[in-house]
Amino acid sequence: MLWEPIRLAVQAIFRNALRSFLTILGVVIGVAAVIAMVTVGQGSKDQVTQDVAKLGTNLLVVRPGQPQQGPGSSGGTSAAFDMRDVEAIQTQVPGVRAAAPANTRTMTAILGSRNHTTSVIGTDSRYLETRDMPVVQGRPFYESELRSGSAVCLLGQTIVRELFNGGDPLGQDIRLKTISCRVIGVMEEQGVSSFGTDQDDFVLIPIKTFQRRVAGNSDIVLIYVAVQSGVSTESAKANIESLMRERRRISPTEEDDFNVFDMKQIASVLTGITGVLTGLLSAVAAVSLLVGGIGIMNIMLVSVTERTREIGIRLAVGAQEGQVMLQFLVEAIVLSLFGGLIGILLGLALAAVGANLLRVPFSPDPLIILMAFGFSAAVGVVFGYFPARRAARMNPIDALRHQ
Amino acid sequence: MSPEPALIQLSGISRVYGSGDAEVRALDGVDMEIAAGEFVAIMGPSGSGKSTAMNILGCLDAPTQGAYQFMGVEVGGLSRDQRALIRRNYIGFVFQGYNLLARTSALDNVELPLIYKGIARAERRALALDALAKVGLQDRAHHDPSELSGGQQQRVAIARAIVGQPAVIMADEPTGNLDTARSREIMELLTAFNVEDGMTIVMVTHEPDMAEYAHRLIHFIDGRIASDGDPKQVN
Repeated sequence: MLWEPIRLAVQAIFRNALRSFLTILGVVIGVAAVIAMVTVGQGSKDQVTQDVAKLGTNLLVVRPGQPQQGPGSSGGTSAAFDMRDVEAIQTQVPGVRAAAPANTRTMTAILGSRNHTTSVIGTDSRYLETRDMPVVQGRPFYESELRSGSAVCLLGQTIVRELFNGGDPLGQDIRLKTISCRVIGVMEEQGVSSFGTDQDDFVLIPIKTFQRRVAGNSDIVLIYVAVQSGVSTESAKANIESLMRERRRISPTEEDDFNVFDMKQIASVLTGITGVLTGLLSAVAAVSLLVGGIGIMNIMLVSVTERTREIGIRLAVGAQEGQVMLQFLVEAIVLSLFGGLIGILLGLALAAVGANLLRVPFSPDPLIILMAFGFSAAVGVVFGYFPARRAARMNPIDALRHQ
Repeated sequence: MSPEPALIQLSGISRVYGSGDAEVRALDGVDMEIAAGEFVAIMGPSGSGKSTAMNILGCLDAPTQGAYQFMGVEVGGLSRDQRALIRRNYIGFVFQGYNLLARTSALDNVELPLIYKGIARAERRALALDALAKVGLQDRAHHDPSELSGGQQQRVAIARAIVGQPAVIMADEPTGNLDTARSREIMELLTAFNVEDGMTIVMVTHEPDMAEYAHRLIHFIDGRIASDGDPKQVN
């Protein structure tokens, strides 16, 4: 017969409304803080992992210039590549899925009275393959357009929005500096990366068009290489390095005058950073849990005198030790469960709001929920139950006189 | 002497607190017999052992030495839980400080002993209301102790003491916190339960006026019984 103790416990909870509220508050704060923070942290981590996957974990970036520099560093004075290097990588390095040139320049795209500054990337059809970026409207470049260097372009979604106001851009001409470009296709939306970069803000034109009409030379300053899945980027990187050393006639005593950057390195750096952030958030959450726990502890200990007298009264009218302890245990459990439930709901709600604001996925972790709840409940039960147990073992007379 | 055992029988009861130099002998070889239906007052200066005696009689405390038979059962050999059963079924308590549960209605306070007797809720309610009616507080059933006067609180405590129809009421200075008029009300209630319901009453008091309601007065001095007789003659 556990129904009666539960009914009595609920009665006692309402009788000591303030004490119960403060106890529940402690559990709620602890549980909600941990769930909210860890969930948002986990969401950010997932977001970064997704972004990195979008960036391509099997992607290598080949640039002229000394190694040990990131993919954003300039080529320096080292000689640029040319299309033959791209073809060599494509055909001679085992495990390469696609190698594409990607010369980039910031330019203003103009349509009528509208203009928008964007990245113009000179490349070829294999670029779409290296970046896993399909054409959703229109078509990719034709071989003939690539060969002849036609003035055609593929647009990122941001350009469609900025210049065409979301209208149909196919067949229209936009102007890039002096070049008038026919829009032949629109790329799939990539979204904003977790670092706020708009990944849809670009215009793709054939590499030959870029070389002739934008750069004025036949250099290639950046090559994207997508490695086949199942092939290690490390071995592909080594093969590219030896091929390029050979092609650029670098003697064994000289250092590379180009570098091959593995995007996986970025991935590991980014994951590392978010890992640290998640760690920090978790630490803050742990402090909240502790504060909540101390709150529970305080309120339980402060009320010991009153509870001791109450236990004395109950013992005097004939309660047995076990009955008193059962009642207080049930009371502590009911309180903790109640607080825990509110805390879980509040925590999940906060996490959902936070995830929405930060535009990260909402991915609650049942283990964390369970841990936070378990800790707070344990504090509530331990500090509710043990003083009661001590009191229940006292002489009823001493319990009644407890000051 | 009736063939039935006395309700309460103490022989050679001692209660010692502390040990060594700090040893205090609160009761020192007390013999006492109380029959069912008696109204006994216990008096004595502070430190005379009268409250200790009351706690032992009420099975709240256990004697260090001696034999205590309650309704023929030796209490000395009982466990804490067994003594709780005796309190639950045969003893009602009234304390000087009322000892009601705070923020709990008079009705719930009176119901408290019945919960541990395992009586169903509806019946508890009825019995508690009945007990409150007997002390004249049926219209205060849903008031908290903080909304009641001292005399009313003590009447709630008396209702709690008698609700389970105990064999004996142990009253420890029940009028200690009350003025004379309130005190007389309490004493008249106790007298009524003694006369009409046949409940045995053992009351510790330091007021001779209140002791006169009893039929028998036991005087304690230094942990021993100094006198035992008719209150009117002793005073």
